[in-house]
Amino acid sequence: MSIDLTDEQIIDLEEKANTIRELIISSLVEAGSGHSAGPLGMADIFTALYFHILNHDPQNPEWEDRDRLILSNGHICPVRYAAMALAGYFPVEELKTLRKINSRLQGHPHRTALPGLETTSGPLGEGLSQAIGVALAARLDQKRYTVYCLTSDGEHQEGNTWEAAMFAGKHKLHNLIQVMDRNHIQIDGFTEQVMPLEPLRDKYRAFGWEVIEVDGNNIHAFVDAVNQAKATQEKPVLILAHTIPGEGVDFMENDFHWHGTPPNPEQAKKALAELRTLGGKIVSEQE
Amino acid sequence: MLNPKLHLNPKLFDTDVEQKATRDGYGEALVALGEADKRVVALTADLAESTRTEAFATKFPERFFECGVAEQNMAAIAAGLAVTGKIPFISSYATFSPGKNLETIRTTIIYNNANVKIAGHHSGIMTGPDGATHQATEDIAIMRALPDVQVVVPCDAIEAKKATMAAGTYVGPVYLRFTRDKTPLITTEDTPFDGTVQQFWVTDHPVVTIFATGYMLMYALLAAKELEGEGISVIVANVASIKPLDEATVLSLVQESGAAVTVEDHQVMGGLGGLIAEVCAKNHPVPMEFIGLQNTFGESGKPAELIEKYGMGKESIKQAVKKVIERKK
Repeated sequence: MSIDLTDEQIIDLEEKANTIRELIISSLVEAGSGHSAGPLGMADIFTALYFHILNHDPQNPEWEDRDRLILSNGHICPVRYAAMALAGYFPVEELKTLRKINSRLQGHPHRTALPGLETTSGPLGEGLSQAIGVALAARLDQKRYTVYCLTSDGEHQEGNTWEAAMFAGKHKLHNLIQVMDRNHIQIDGFTEQVMPLEPLRDKYRAFGWEVIEVDGNNIHAFVDAVNQAKATQEKPVLILAHTIPGEGVDFMENDFHWHGTPPNPEQAKKALAELRTLGGKIVSEQE
Repeated sequence: MLNPKLHLNPKLFDTDVEQKATRDGYGEALVALGEADKRVVALTADLAESTRTEAFATKFPERFFECGVAEQNMAAIAAGLAVTGKIPFISSYATFSPGKNLETIRTTIIYNNANVKIAGHHSGIMTGPDGATHQATEDIAIMRALPDVQVVVPCDAIEAKKATMAAGTYVGPVYLRFTRDKTPLITTEDTPFDGTVQQFWVTDHPVVTIFATGYMLMYALLAAKELEGEGISVIVANVASIKPLDEATVLSLVQESGAAVTVEDHQVMGGLGGLIAEVCAKNHPVPMEFIGLQNTFGESGKPAELIEKYGMGKESIKQAVKKVIERKK
């Protein structure tokens, strides 16, 4: 089945991505803690997944034939929560409860707290293994759904990630597509300074994976990459998605200090103003 | 005397009592579960033979996953299988699983409430010549500190098989603790296994209750038999289910006897000793003595030599009973 995009669809998805960025900023400033850069950088990919690629039903999150979206780097969950709310999994209003007492929106995602999450995650390096477990179960049950696993670049410093990469290569898990957020930042700085990861493409190929590189902030290009990944046989596929951390908010872009920090109310106001005018492309009506 | 109601092994105190390793009971149950339920899958981290997962692997190759030497990967893959409807059993040595992969187990299995069964093998100093690196002596403490997990330590191969079968039908994470060497068959097929604390050695007027877990129950029973000859009446209770604990029976036994001795091949910190002490301190404090590793690692040696050196055998238990009786005065 082709999932090619029309121009109208692309415009619609880009608007959705922008709305998701606004929801991320609003929920983070309300929470008073959390991660900003990663969620903003991954907004386009989450939009593409939830509003175009995934075979899913927000009204029936346990549907057994759904595609699985497993988030390994759980700390970017504000983007997942925003996309899920916009897709109809739960009311958008509930995003204001992020990280608060009695909330279903835990600071790091917890499977049993909120239907549709698939796994509990946060501690890094574990998601790819869990995705493998799901992919193996799908194979045993002869199910045709696709298992998407979103990982970060930083968590490739965890040995567990490479244990998983080795296993998936051995088992030729072609129903598994990993999307790595290659944004080059982590808490302590730039990945290549903290602990160099390159050459990632060569490393994955050596582990038996197909590797596709793409601009992770280009929805059309990302959808094309997923189509290509789904057509790949006999191998797991890594989509190495080059993203700009903090994408959409000028003063956050490419600054690792925003990895684990939320905006304060003043910064949030500035960020929202920028997002609402699409970076100055739209003249504000209110201000 | 041995509790006649529990159908225990009538040849228990014979010199030629039948012996079998608890890990063998696990392996047999795994195959039986695999036959009964297609959802059962097994994973190991390069230890298929010594964790007795091999029979399952041979019989159900499509449901067996060899993870190589990668315990974290094994645990998290099992979590993924479980949330997709499978019933995974993961097997390794307990020093590695739940040792090396503790956080993975905590996050992806226990907190995630994934229906994974964790089999920790080669527990205790009775692992012997491999030395302290391979003797898990803190796994009970680790696992029982996690919320919403069941922790079971079978006393012999028959109970190990029953415990494994029960784990397979229970929905939720379970930790099962096994040992390497052959140990006496204390129970029989007819002995009930229901998660309660069972009195294996009974007496009319007990002055001490000995709580034992795992194969160490045998040493406690040998001690009780000799103590009876010396005119000292004790109860020996088998605590197979560490978590949840049958607190009601524990309390009634300490109330009846007024003193307790705990016996385990594990650190006394946080293990069975710590567990019984918590229950007593909260509800009914009594003098207690603790048999087990006293804040030390093990070492290489034959199991019997190690049990002797670390003060965990029959004589040590008898001395602990006598000491705790003195403390009641």
